[in-house]
Amino acid sequence: MKRLLIPVFIILFALPSFGQRFITKTGNISFFSDAPLEKIEAKNDQVNCALDTQSGFFVVQVLMRSFVFEKALMQEHFNEEYVESDRYPTAVFKGKVQNMQQINFSKPGTYPAVIVGQMTIHGHTQQVKATGSFTISKDLINASAKFPIKLANYGISIPSIVAGKIADELEINTDFQLKPLKH
Amino acid sequence: MKKILIIFAFSLCFSGEVFSQNNLMNLFDNGPQQTIYTQASFKTTRIVLGQSVESPAKGDLIFVIQHHFGYINQGPYQFFGMDLATIRLGFEYGLTNWLQVGVGHSSFGKTYDGSLKAKILRQSTGKRVMPITLSYFGSVGINTLHPRVLAVNYYLSNRLTFLNQVLIARKFSPSLTLQLTPSLVHRNLVATSTNDNNVFAMGTGGRFKLSNHTTINLEYYYILSQQTAANYKNSLSIGFDIETGGHVFQLYVSNSEGIIGQNFIPGTTGNWLKGDILFGFNLTRTFVIKKPKQFDK
Repeated sequence: MKRLLIPVFIILFALPSFGQRFITKTGNISFFSDAPLEKIEAKNDQVNCALDTQSGFFVVQVLMRSFVFEKALMQEHFNEEYVESDRYPTAVFKGKVQNMQQINFSKPGTYPAVIVGQMTIHGHTQQVKATGSFTISKDLINASAKFPIKLANYGISIPSIVAGKIADELEINTDFQLKPLKH
Repeated sequence: MKKILIIFAFSLCFSGEVFSQNNLMNLFDNGPQQTIYTQASFKTTRIVLGQSVESPAKGDLIFVIQHHFGYINQGPYQFFGMDLATIRLGFEYGLTNWLQVGVGHSSFGKTYDGSLKAKILRQSTGKRVMPITLSYFGSVGINTLHPRVLAVNYYLSNRLTFLNQVLIARKFSPSLTLQLTPSLVHRNLVATSTNDNNVFAMGTGGRFKLSNHTTINLEYYYILSQQTAANYKNSLSIGFDIETGGHVFQLYVSNSEGIIGQNFIPGTTGNWLKGDILFGFNLTRTFVIKKPKQFDK
């Protein structure tokens, strides 16, 4: 009985300390909607992102209210009518780097990366695959990716009243400067 | 007991992936709780004819065309009021997120107006909780009708009218916002001695969202001072808002001929029950004059 308890506790406490973890709280995400009648761009420079270079786990947390638009009205409508940030304040991505064997996190350079995971926006979760790159320099990992998302997949509908002003598919750009987590 | 522990240990091994991801997520200690300000209590700066607590964001300019026709009970000769028109053109600019300045001209009494709206309290949740949004709205109007029309040569001071309002609103849910609007209208000169120079009124209003882009609005101004109430009616308006991004279209029916508060709060003569109802619309368009700093290039 006691002999079993010990390994259980070891597993419990050992898991969090596996590997080297990198983190940022000021990551950048921007998105772009290219519709016939209107181009919309929004930027967020308060994004949380963390990477575990041992396991390849990669997580992102976005506060939807922190997106800034060129027009204040767009920002209001984005939060109020489309992502409903009162009900769904954050978007979350939980994924894993698929090509860990091709990336040497201890050797500076740029490595292509494939990340697959679950993206949750507006209360809807979708499997997402993003290709990007890790640029490794001394004490810093830059993770960037560009990928499209379909609004309909996340339960965000575009009423006919604004047809032509919002694209069905948004282009997402991410850029994270990850720093080693200090213990 | 042993079996349970073994199963527990195994399930831990297999749930390691989710466990580790959540563990990474836990690194985002989200710091102190922030204040979240309530936004979009109303679609635009007016409920129907009267002001709402909303004001343009810093650097935004709103152009508003307010137009209404004549009473529908005037029959086919006036094409049910459609032959008659009262119109106001106005601009409203957000100096800051809490201060709006405005100018306008309305054909009713050929009145020029200048106004100011200041948000004093903002409804919020989170770190700082505030149950209501409270704004002040003040306006000065100048009647510029020609002396020939008025039959008296008024001094400038006699042509001035003033409106002071406290706008108190609460967004109860994403759909429902209600507003109370204690108002004081002061007219330097009134038509007869039975009219009050000062007219106190209590405005009430609200909006209910039918969809994300459409709302139904109701607005009622109850005149508190008795002198003026004798031959003047309380103003009642029912509106329907359609928001299409940069534009808001407000379609309404009302018993008030005036457009600015100084004119419609104490000066409404229409009787709903007798069919003194007119159709009107407000068209607002928002222009961005100053972009946020992230977009300055």
